[in-house]
Amino acid sequence: MNDETKYALKKVGFYTVIFVVVIWIILPLIVAFLYGFTTKADYYDPNKVIPHHFTTEYVKTLLFTLGAWDGIKNSVIVATLTIIISFILGIPAGYSIAKFIFPGKDTIKLSIVALRMFPIPIMTIPLVVLYIRLHLADTLLGVALAHTAMALPFVVLITSSIFAGVSKEYEEAAMVFGLTRFGSFLRITLPLALPGLAAAAMFTFVMSWNEVFVASVLTLTHRTLPAQILSIMAGSSGGAAPDYYKFAAAFIMTLPSMIFIFFARKYLVTMWGITLK
Amino acid sequence: MERRSLLPYLLILPAFAYLLFFVGYPLVQALYLAFTKNGALSLDTVRRTVNNYYFWSALKNTIALAAVIVPIQVALAVVLALLLNKAFKGRDLAIYALVIPLTISDVASGLIWYSMLSPYGFLNKFLMNIGLTSHPIYFFGYQYRTREFFVIVLSEIWRSTAIVFVMILAGLQMISKDYLEAAEVFGANYWTRLRRIVLPLLKPSIQSALIIRTLFAMQIFGVVWILAGRDVPVLAGEGFYQLMEIKDYGVASIYALVIAGLSLLLGILYVKFLKAEYLEVKT
Repeated sequence: MNDETKYALKKVGFYTVIFVVVIWIILPLIVAFLYGFTTKADYYDPNKVIPHHFTTEYVKTLLFTLGAWDGIKNSVIVATLTIIISFILGIPAGYSIAKFIFPGKDTIKLSIVALRMFPIPIMTIPLVVLYIRLHLADTLLGVALAHTAMALPFVVLITSSIFAGVSKEYEEAAMVFGLTRFGSFLRITLPLALPGLAAAAMFTFVMSWNEVFVASVLTLTHRTLPAQILSIMAGSSGGAAPDYYKFAAAFIMTLPSMIFIFFARKYLVTMWGITLK
Repeated sequence: MERRSLLPYLLILPAFAYLLFFVGYPLVQALYLAFTKNGALSLDTVRRTVNNYYFWSALKNTIALAAVIVPIQVALAVVLALLLNKAFKGRDLAIYALVIPLTISDVASGLIWYSMLSPYGFLNKFLMNIGLTSHPIYFFGYQYRTREFFVIVLSEIWRSTAIVFVMILAGLQMISKDYLEAAEVFGANYWTRLRRIVLPLLKPSIQSALIIRTLFAMQIFGVVWILAGRDVPVLAGEGFYQLMEIKDYGVASIYALVIAGLSLLLGILYVKFLKAEYLEVKT
């Protein structure tokens, strides 16, 4: 075998591996989307691997009769509240870590990393007792407050690395020209950091959108989409809904994430690059 | 002068207090619920938990799932990141495809894999139509626990390898080309370069990915609940079941504490290995 054929074979092998991996990721998505719209007859026909007849009946039933639409609305409200609260608390902290040098800073940073590792979802079980007392049980605000605890360490770390990326000289120049520190933050640093902050907000949204344990435990009648789907699909012991509803549910849950990742795909890689720097 | 030195602390305080409250209060509450009865100290709840078959089974399954899923997905992510770090035609598209599961929740991933593997799902129909099997292969149901375990592993690897992949790819891209070129000049082949330069420099990324994934594996819940229910009990699932169905707050708290304990142990490892190398002030 000469070098040329060796090289060609290597290339074919390389592309085959990439192709197989991509198919492995994509195929289940395509199948889930397809089966979400398959008629009952086609689904139960063992000869139809790829269905021929389609219906929107199950998706519609799931959305409007079984309450997935309300779940979507609740999810959006909870995620938005989570972004607002965690950014109000997280931006000052992130700014402080990025722009000041002060005693105890490393300890504080480490504690935030450690708190990020703490399983907030699990701490939700004891939280239920407090929520009942505070009349926060079964409210969207209650879920958002818990989701904030989950997202906040992440917001602090990511905003601080975004602020650290905004050069100090700009702010100093602004202060020389008479702006206060707060003024220069508002006029200079914040606008420059905005794209990064938007990406962080998107990620926070997705975290809240996907979270199922906290939402399931803390709410009963006002459930977010994953919690709603979980209770429709699995009940308490699993396997309650007919198959074609499960596929419709997979479609409804995945579509928003797909749209999201299409818009955020650039940021997702760079953001993790930043956090791990 | 005095005000200036207090400012950074004042800025951090609200976030820090919020987090401390959401970790501290539930922790106190959990300890109270777990170790008291009618206001007095009691190990009754603990006894009730550990005498239950599901507790040990859940502990075993949670650790087993983490032990199977995490190493596979880290190894897979490293290989994929190395492959995709090269320049080739269609690279951006391939990376995009691999990153798609990043935003898919575990519940959705469970449902998606159910559509692949259910008795009338894609795989069974496909295998029957090309004549490889005459009957559907059953992956679900309490008599097929091992298979359910396997499907959970498959679904989790499919979904959450993306995050490990992204972290390791980001790590790879930060390795300076100079080292690699220098090594090449001195005649080091691909494997030597990989072993002596790339992997050592990638260690922090691999370690943090490893431990983050292990911690999240301790909380595995949604995908298990969708695909196996209580056939494959896990800690978070049992805590959920005790709270929602049995309404036993004490036992549910013990499950929370066990997961918290396991996570704390792993969290200490995380802080020890990763340290705070990032987020430095640029001076």
